[in-house]
Amino acid sequence: MSMTFTRRTFGLLAFAGALSASTMLAHAEDTIKVGVLHSLSGTMAISETTLKDTVLFLIDEQNKKGGVLGKKLEAVVVDPASNWPLFAEKARELISKDKVSVVFGCWTSVSRKSVLPVFKELNSILFYPVQYEGEESERNVFYTGAAPNQQAIPAVDYLMKEEGVKRWVLEGTDYVYPRTTNKILEAYLKAKGVPAEDIIVNYTPFGFADWQTEVSKIKAFGAEGKKTAVVSTINGDANVPFYKELGNQGIKAEDIPVVAFSVGEEELAGMDTKPLVGHLAAWNYFESVDTPENAEFIDAWHKYIGNDKRTTNDPMEATYIGFNAWVKAVEAAGTTDTDPVIDALPGTTVPNLSGGYATIMPNHHITKPVLIGEIQDDGQFDIVSQTAPVVGDEWSDYLEGSKDLISDWRKPMNCGNFNVVTGKCGGAG
Amino acid sequence: MRMLRCLATLFLLMMTVLPLKAATAIADADLTALVNALGAGDFDATEQAIAALAASGDDRVAGILDKLGNGELVTRKADKAVFIGEKADKDFKLTDPVTGADAGIVPKATVDKLKVNNKLRRAIATAVGTLTLRNADPKVRLAAAEAVMKSQDAAAIPALDAAIGAETDAAVKTAMISARAAAVLASDLPDSEKAKAVDTIADLGTRDALGMIAPYAGQAGPIGDAVKAATTAINAKLALWDAGQNIWYGLSLGSVLLLAAIGLAITFGVMGIINMAHGEMVMLGAYATFGVQELIRNNAPELFDYSLLIALPVAFVTAGGVGILIERSIIRWLYGRPLETLLATWGVSLILQQAVRTIFGANNREVGNPSWMSGAFTIGEMQVTWSRLWIIAFAAVVFLSLIGVLKKTALGLQMRAVTANRPMASAMGIRTPFIDALTFGLGSGIAGLAGVALSQIDNVSPNLGRGYIIDSFMVVVFGGVGNLWGTLVGAMTLGVANKFLEPYAGAVLGKILLLVFIILFIQKRPRGLFALKGRAVEA
Repeated sequence: MSMTFTRRTFGLLAFAGALSASTMLAHAEDTIKVGVLHSLSGTMAISETTLKDTVLFLIDEQNKKGGVLGKKLEAVVVDPASNWPLFAEKARELISKDKVSVVFGCWTSVSRKSVLPVFKELNSILFYPVQYEGEESERNVFYTGAAPNQQAIPAVDYLMKEEGVKRWVLEGTDYVYPRTTNKILEAYLKAKGVPAEDIIVNYTPFGFADWQTEVSKIKAFGAEGKKTAVVSTINGDANVPFYKELGNQGIKAEDIPVVAFSVGEEELAGMDTKPLVGHLAAWNYFESVDTPENAEFIDAWHKYIGNDKRTTNDPMEATYIGFNAWVKAVEAAGTTDTDPVIDALPGTTVPNLSGGYATIMPNHHITKPVLIGEIQDDGQFDIVSQTAPVVGDEWSDYLEGSKDLISDWRKPMNCGNFNVVTGKCGGAG
Repeated sequence: MRMLRCLATLFLLMMTVLPLKAATAIADADLTALVNALGAGDFDATEQAIAALAASGDDRVAGILDKLGNGELVTRKADKAVFIGEKADKDFKLTDPVTGADAGIVPKATVDKLKVNNKLRRAIATAVGTLTLRNADPKVRLAAAEAVMKSQDAAAIPALDAAIGAETDAAVKTAMISARAAAVLASDLPDSEKAKAVDTIADLGTRDALGMIAPYAGQAGPIGDAVKAATTAINAKLALWDAGQNIWYGLSLGSVLLLAAIGLAITFGVMGIINMAHGEMVMLGAYATFGVQELIRNNAPELFDYSLLIALPVAFVTAGGVGILIERSIIRWLYGRPLETLLATWGVSLILQQAVRTIFGANNREVGNPSWMSGAFTIGEMQVTWSRLWIIAFAAVVFLSLIGVLKKTALGLQMRAVTANRPMASAMGIRTPFIDALTFGLGSGIAGLAGVALSQIDNVSPNLGRGYIIDSFMVVVFGGVGNLWGTLVGAMTLGVANKFLEPYAGAVLGKILLLVFIILFIQKRPRGLFALKGRAVEA
């Protein structure tokens, strides 16, 4: 019984698949399909829904300008529901069934790792718009968010120079991004002559809500006569109770500043920021960036979304850069086929929103300036420091095993982990 | 920083050379030039301008610097003049900071906000502190003394000496003497003076005091010895306070666990329903609080301090109502089938989450803290935050009321009767389906009350409930299914144990250790701490 059932279902599915494939073919003539792979439900929906809206907004804008190669763009939106294996399934569906030319998607590193094999196997393109821990470079992926050297290290430099910080608390949520970033930062700080007893590394679980002990530990660590700062890689929802507890225990930014890599305008939207004024965040973009490009972008975004309170944030700018670079590369290549577009992308330069340009590098990362912002009482950031554009460094120079690696996807090297010591492609070994 | 020191020293030299007057004033034009220098360049230039302003000693300077610290100053792009800028719609209303004269309303695009960073905020605090040491208000003087103490600036000693001489308030005087000691440590005064200063600071016995003397522990002679002796004494005292602090944190975590679990103690403990949507009832309560606050913000902002009290019945009715609805429509068909109940309520929890996400959006919603729940106070070296204190009190009230309802009311009696022996209760004329619905509604409503409290310390997002469901089951199972006192003891034990483990094992490992402990405990006592005895258990 179950056998026939399965067989019948399978037949039905195959039939439906054939049907939809044929309708796809009919469509494929007049539009170019763009896949959107962001969670619209589950824990990550809080961050990723905005990026889905951003891609739709960018497609809308591009279509107003006449589309790409004379064809309109059409978005195919799927919901991987914050479920990592489902990301891979949905990616496969987008590429093989919907025949999209490019996918914009993923937020967490684990979701990106989960879709990697699919993009390799089916040879398609993924634009990944979120800051991440580095230590990766794939032919099919373009990383438009920050690598650690484009966010974490400049932030630490700022604290050392401007605030004279001598002791460091590396506080993170327990998963791959904070752990790798903190490993890099620890190596970097030690290379800068910070003794081991002046660094503590501490991890808390996802969604951690009771910060009393952690914050009083930070307070005690900071009250030992040396200027102390917290480098926070705390992720998502755990940030709100963390900052509330800082405010409650009266830790002011003047005493112990906190610099965060995952707190942006969106996260502050649900918080009373008055006790947080002066705490820092490091990004490559802030909504408060004062340039005509940004003003225009925010204006168009508010019109599109129909709500002039919606904030903009760094991953949105990364999506903006990635989308425009893809459009430009497709126009240069004259086709949306994967291989010519991947070859055309390195070297492509598009304007960013902070008044400069972003170039896609041969390692599939981009150049971006690093901005340090201080939280204001209106939930926005005042930019207190801005660097020249920095090239994303995929293999950190501060980690054993990765400092000898480089990545260059141009011919003839065409390798994501070339070892300059052994002169071979294939990583550390 | 060195520049600032030099300027400050210069200023203090001037202060001592010139006769010290209670009120100093310089010509408006000179002051305006000094104020305009604030907006002339980068942060370093502003820092120098702050020092120069402070050196002028004018009475108006403290007020102007305060405004700078609060981000209320703007520069006019046309001539770089500095004004007090107030937002008026999309424009800025400018006021001259020196004369207080109205300078008209200008569009936002023609002015720049004068930005400050942490370094400037510290410089401002020190400058304002030094300037207000002689203020008429003792509270301002106390704040000034504390600010100067933090800055540990040797250049402040003459100003402090003058202020101490004139001080009449004992508490302020003590603070000033401590501030002077802190400044002495950073100065070039002889070692005997510094050793005395160490003693003065050590007498404070606080963690901050420890931090101030710690850098001198390595020094030879009387200073090093004094520091070592003081450090040992303070550490011994702090260790005691730390234990007290851990107990307090534990009770506070325990009260949160209790609030989250106590509703489940009714639905799971008393009725035996595995309700995976329990966390979502908590979330609904939190969103009800958000809704009430939104209404109050828009219609009657003066009631904001009462918003939580108003939210309590709303949250209870909302969550309770949804609970009754779920019981009547889904759960009552599944009594006695725990696996199906588990799956069905899990589905309900997903539906509720996504419904809330669709209606309110995926982002966190801001639920404000009323003034009586903000901030903290200290008992000795222990910091007690008002929000946590109120939550402990609230948890106690909810717990006692629930015991009261179960033990003293007719409804409670019927509930217990139905749980103990359903056919017999039915035979006695109790409408069992009605009681089932009410019991489930009561459990859900209490979860809604928990949501009001949790909205004060956690995110109000659709995922709020997820974080509490596992902990709630843990507490109820550990405490003993069907026993409210067990839930209380369970919650408090787990809370305190967690908080004592956390400083040593870290939050991640601490939680794991706790779970391992519970697994072992359940092996030994499958029915939890306080097992129910009698026929009800076998049923």
